[in-house]
Amino acid sequence: MKGFKYLRNVTTLKMDSGKCINCSKCIEVCPHHVFALNGDKVTIINLDSCMECGACAKNCPAAALHVDSGVGCAAGLITEWLRDHRLLAKVECC
Amino acid sequence: MPRISADLTFADRLGSWRVRWGIGRMNYIVPPGLYAVGRPNSDSPVLVTANYKKSYDSVRSVLAERDCWILVLETYGINVWCAAGKGTFGTEELIRRIGASELTKVVSHRQLVLPVLGAAGVAAHKVKKETGFNIRYAAIRAKDIPQYLDSGMRTAPAMREITFTTWERVVLIPMEFVEALKPTAIAAALLFFITAMLQDRNAGFLAVCGYVGAVAAGAAGTPLLLPWLPGRSFAFKGVLTGSIWSIIFYMLAGGSGWSRFMALAAFMILPAVSAFYALNFTGCTPFTSRSGVKKEMKVALPAMACALLAGIAIAITGMAI
Repeated sequence: MKGFKYLRNVTTLKMDSGKCINCSKCIEVCPHHVFALNGDKVTIINLDSCMECGACAKNCPAAALHVDSGVGCAAGLITEWLRDHRLLAKVECC
Repeated sequence: MPRISADLTFADRLGSWRVRWGIGRMNYIVPPGLYAVGRPNSDSPVLVTANYKKSYDSVRSVLAERDCWILVLETYGINVWCAAGKGTFGTEELIRRIGASELTKVVSHRQLVLPVLGAAGVAAHKVKKETGFNIRYAAIRAKDIPQYLDSGMRTAPAMREITFTTWERVVLIPMEFVEALKPTAIAAALLFFITAMLQDRNAGFLAVCGYVGAVAAGAAGTPLLLPWLPGRSFAFKGVLTGSIWSIIFYMLAGGSGWSRFMALAAFMILPAVSAFYALNFTGCTPFTSRSGVKKEMKVALPAMACALLAGIAIAITGMAI
């Protein structure tokens, strides 16, 4: 993505190269070009661009990808925190 | 089966504008199911979308002079991207909808065209296993669908590269304002009464102007200037727009006449307010991550709270002495 960069070294995306079958599905679904084919091997080339949407892990037929995806806005995270600490019962979000 | 037009009417455009302002936004829906655009036959492509009317409109409006099927999933009026995150634009709903619409009897091929941003909710291999349908993630934006179809269902790299142009950010600002309206009104009222009580009504009015400006700097200024504000942290970008606003406010509101306490309080409180609204905008961007926002919040929220409390303490001290 041109012109926009978010915090470095935060993404929870992990790839188990041993399980990967190099089907390229992750390349197809990632909107940030995190993955690329290096010869015939899928590799992560742009880890810090990951926004943790979870599309790659969801569509990986070999379960080689893991990422902690979920609500990513401050209001949503505060609500989540309040609910986890039993300070809020009902959760509303976009 | 409903046959629908690819033309957007004035009512469609008005509806689209209204939901951008939050009017009837959670109930802007079309019934889920299979729709026909033009005169599709058993070979025509099937495009899948959400039942938020704005999503459905954006798909059908690019299909003028074409024959296609549109399969609308029940996402409870939420757009593809957010619904995929919640899982309603998801594997189970897609499988259910393929069955309910008897799609296997309508088309002879076994291919579905999905938006790239729907992939966070749909496991293509599971849909294939359950229904026999192959999923092709075509493009991020509906406007690229014609090119995708004309090029023999091939996705050019740019079609799956996300963007966040100035216009794409500007259209989000009205909702930021609508969401901020209630808390801002409450805070402004409190601020007015307390300042008016401790000092006078003019000071109360001034304090409200400063506060509302800081909300606008965070909720509108930050999204607008996003790529040009230095730093990666949204809270930091908010501190910058809030500081710019503080300087403007200081100059417009005759800051040189304020006590030193008041000036210091303004320069602590206003950037903290902007920073909060800027941080909240992370939820609307297509590039911030959950872990990043968590990390930022751990530092930024306590810092904002400290700046706010210290600013209030300084202001009260200033008024008292």
